[in-house]
Amino acid sequence: MMLSSPWRADFPALANLAHQGLVYLDSAATAQKPQPLLDALQHYYAQGVANVHRAQHRLGNRTTQAFEQVREQVAHWLQAPVDSEIIFTRGTTEAINLLAYGLEAQIQPGDELVISALEHHANLLPWQQLALRRGARLVVLPLDASGQLDLVAAQSLIGPRTRTLAISQLSNVLGNWLPLKPLIQQAQAQGAWVVVDGAQGIVHQPPNLKQLGCDFYVFSSHKVYGPDGLGVLYGRRAALAQLQPWQFGGEMLDHTDYYRAQFRPAPLGFEAGTPPIASVLGFAATLNYLYQIDQAAWIAHEQRLHSNLLTGLQQRSGIRILGQPQAALVSFTHESVHPSDLAQLISEQGVAIRTGSHCAQPLMQHLGINGALRVSLGLYNDQQDLERFFQALDQALELLV
Amino acid sequence: MTSVSLPAQAQQALSEFQQYKSWEQRSRLLLRWAEHLEPFPSEAQCETNRVLGCETKVWLTAHQCKGVWHFQASSEARLLRGLLALLLVRINGISATELAQLDVQDWFQQLGLAHQISSSRNNGLNAVIQRIQKLMQAPV
Ligand SMILES: Cc1ncc(COP(=O)(O)O)c(C=O)c1O
Repeated sequence: MMLSSPWRADFPALANLAHQGLVYLDSAATAQKPQPLLDALQHYYAQGVANVHRAQHRLGNRTTQAFEQVREQVAHWLQAPVDSEIIFTRGTTEAINLLAYGLEAQIQPGDELVISALEHHANLLPWQQLALRRGARLVVLPLDASGQLDLVAAQSLIGPRTRTLAISQLSNVLGNWLPLKPLIQQAQAQGAWVVVDGAQGIVHQPPNLKQLGCDFYVFSSHKVYGPDGLGVLYGRRAALAQLQPWQFGGEMLDHTDYYRAQFRPAPLGFEAGTPPIASVLGFAATLNYLYQIDQAAWIAHEQRLHSNLLTGLQQRSGIRILGQPQAALVSFTHESVHPSDLAQLISEQGVAIRTGSHCAQPLMQHLGINGALRVSLGLYNDQQDLERFFQALDQALELLV
Repeated sequence: MTSVSLPAQAQQALSEFQQYKSWEQRSRLLLRWAEHLEPFPSEAQCETNRVLGCETKVWLTAHQCKGVWHFQASSEARLLRGLLALLLVRINGISATELAQLDVQDWFQQLGLAHQISSSRNNGLNAVIQRIQKLMQAPV
């Protein structure tokens, strides 16, 4: 029996894409949106908008209240401990930049900022640039031959000079889960702050932050079926207290005269300017939608699809799979065909997959490749999508090999 | 400008591409054109000649002789080599004045390949066109 997705009909874009003959297998870049999110945006804009944290009028209060409730909802979803805060940002990238600037004053020359070799540029560049600004050293945890993080080597590289460890939950290129627990414990034992980039991981396995124990956790709403322009920075209160504000303006302060200001603590002290209100309210609708999905069925569906994707690729000659993907996506190259040729001919056939260096140029250099193709899955994908992809791949290879 | 003369090979490309409609035939054709690309010396595949702004590696060299530009180009990717061949048959051998007036977008439009310019910054054709325009504006 063909593997179908019981949730596909909840995403109106899927039917519209199908009408245009398009298959969407690029959800790791950004995900399609469920109907309840569209309804929530429509509702908010149609019922009357208001700014948050400013106005005294009833509409302002109502919006502010709804907005603040979403923080609690997100905290609940992340199983965040009580002594923590949820800060809204414009995305994962902004959240990590906030951290790198917020911690800047704490970083001394010779301090070590640790990342892994597979980080997305969003979790590399802010630390690389911070290291350059402060004369600190960027330490890169290596991968083993199979593309997994080399835990033994990693543990020898986290030491007394380590001030930060910034690491992904799930790789956007290799599709593997990182061994967060031992790394977090070791880094924290050295007094370092630990930042987890959950941009990919949260889409397939929302974390239990009580258990995980990291200091900061960041993700983007748009990859987890929510609206654009919204990211989340979770932080333990004690860790947030170490951060300096990095953007200034609006309501992020307690008091200012012309020459001096006193800033608010998190979250508001890190949310200068009008936040993406509609996106925050819309994200609540996405979360409500995701909540009513049977988690076990969801995970099982994605795992079956992922396994079929992997098997199908393995069966084709000349295909080289990057690393040992465990979830969500598979990246691959072909031994004799340039990735951009393959990508172009697959795209000509109406199948949307990603090609290039996937915002991980150093990882591509490490793997000795000039790019790769990536197929990534969402909960709305089904076996037919995979069949369309395989057909397109076979036809493209027939022309190119 | 319609008055700009069409080189013989460009004329040939045009009639070939106007003949085929399916993506498959057109891709085969593009791959065939990739084979027509003038051999690009391997020592010229260096950083100085590299066209930046595209993920796929592309190289371009340009020489001007008696008011006529001659370009050579290559890439790691075959379809892009095909596109480069189609670009070069259109622009090589025409006068600098003609070249300055040429609407390259329109050329690919006529070939039915306009989406190749706009679609993706990966494929590099756009970056090559921009580099050529810049070279022509630079004082020689
Ligand atoms: C692992 C990882 N980190 C960070 C990001 C950046 O996310 P955004 O562009 O939403 O800020 C991405 C998105 O591609 C990602 O996959």
